[in-house]
Amino acid sequence: MPEYTVIHEKARSFYDLYERKAELQHQTHYCPGCGHGIVHKLVAEAIDELGIQDRTILVTPVGCSVFGYYYFDVGNVQAAHGRASAVACAVKRALPESVVLSYQGDGDLAAIGTAEILHAANRGENITVIFVNNAIYAMTGGQMAPTTLLGQSSTTTPSGRNEWNEGYPLHVCELLAALEAPVYLERVALGNNKQIMGAARAVRRAIGNQVKSLGFSLVEILSPCPTIWRKDPVEAQHWVRDEMAKVFPLGVFRDRGTEAGARPAAAPPPALDEVPRLLGIVNGSRLMTDRGGATVDWRIKVAGFGGQGVLMLGEVLAEAGLDAGMEVSWLPSYGPEMRSGTSNCHVRLAAAPIDSPLVSRPNVLLALNQPSLEKFLPTVEPGGWVFYNGQTPPRNGVRADVRVIGRPFTQVGDELGDARAGNMVMLGALLEATGLLPDEAVEGALKRVVKSERWLELDRRALARGRAAVREGSLP
Amino acid sequence: MEKPDRGMVRLSAEECKGCGLCVEACPPKVLRLADGLNRSGYHPVCYLNRGCTGCGICFYACPEPGAIVVLRVAA
Repeated sequence: MPEYTVIHEKARSFYDLYERKAELQHQTHYCPGCGHGIVHKLVAEAIDELGIQDRTILVTPVGCSVFGYYYFDVGNVQAAHGRASAVACAVKRALPESVVLSYQGDGDLAAIGTAEILHAANRGENITVIFVNNAIYAMTGGQMAPTTLLGQSSTTTPSGRNEWNEGYPLHVCELLAALEAPVYLERVALGNNKQIMGAARAVRRAIGNQVKSLGFSLVEILSPCPTIWRKDPVEAQHWVRDEMAKVFPLGVFRDRGTEAGARPAAAPPPALDEVPRLLGIVNGSRLMTDRGGATVDWRIKVAGFGGQGVLMLGEVLAEAGLDAGMEVSWLPSYGPEMRSGTSNCHVRLAAAPIDSPLVSRPNVLLALNQPSLEKFLPTVEPGGWVFYNGQTPPRNGVRADVRVIGRPFTQVGDELGDARAGNMVMLGALLEATGLLPDEAVEGALKRVVKSERWLELDRRALARGRAAVREGSLP
Repeated sequence: MEKPDRGMVRLSAEECKGCGLCVEACPPKVLRLADGLNRSGYHPVCYLNRGCTGCGICFYACPEPGAIVVLRVAA
């Protein structure tokens, strides 16, 4: 009896048992004859051969291959539908030493994920994409996919895909080959033994490129789906070879593997300590919490018409908060019109980290017009501040439990030279009445937000008038 | 005495889903689907016990990661 040695067996990069189900833990969940199992084997074998199991991170999609993480004994992330290549980019940038594979089907990659794959490829991200194209949405029961062939029936094209109704099959490799950045694009198939061996080489190549840091590589694999195609596994294999490959020609669409040098690593972000200096924040990174201001929590709603400087007022507040070492958030909310539509913003200035940028229960309301005052006055917390434009009290009644300051802020701005400076008059009044921010913080913020010298000068005068209005009890 | 086969396969009847892709792929045609059923209700692949060349093609045609192990005569 001669000695036999094992030459092909289950790859080391697979788990011994798949813990998804209590029984049959040695079996994948794929249908008999499904191409995913073969692609899994090719990927696992390439990982073994390249010796990268310990630094491989597989990003699985939504679709039949969603459970890839039950099979591959590597790092695993399961992404939202279509986002696998975007997630892969993030993982790769965060962990440049890892080898990141995005495994996606045609419904995932070529429909809902078209933007993600296009831009990942266009940035030349150093990731490897394994794109399994079976021309159908299989997991959900056989709806038309972007890659469905003309004439192919599906649950949503029962009489066959028609180019005038549903467009043409989407050619992903050809699309990506129009971009400058990709290093390697190849379409292979699982239509017979020879094609499968070609697919094995392409997968190894695409992953190997990443190990060499060459850049973006994608392998499209035409793959059988016997169940949804309603063919037996052997017929389905023939259909891949005879029908699919006719519509999606096999071949190399881009190969810069030999000429491309290693892609430079992404530039590191600036150190956190550097950020305040880069933003021109006067107080540096000194946080208010370091100075014992732990109870500060201003929740400010600024509201008015578009064009009144509502968002800019909020921006100055938030920027000044940065100078004062506070945690800040600024959340604008406005209609599509640039002028005269409703406009408001939510600003939070706090000593502690901010949980939500949304201000639904403000302790400061800055209402630049009457409708905003009437709309938001009931939401103000008891003991809070309300500043409004004009001296007419709101029609829906005043509140005794809030501090109200009404002045003709816009009119004062107009007298100073421009009605649009009314927002800074109101800000001056707010600062004077509450002392919520130190002067130098506001000045620092103003210089960053207001670019024009003329406006900077006007806004400074507007602030001073607003302060005076509160100090003196009325506007002069 | 008959010359020994160059190759041999170990098949896991319980892992097999009876898709038949290996039977179709096998160049010397030494695989077939069994008459009986396995626990999952499939006719699993079986080896005719002679004629394997150890080419490994069935391994790549098979979608299950561990259903087929291919061996070859040690050189």
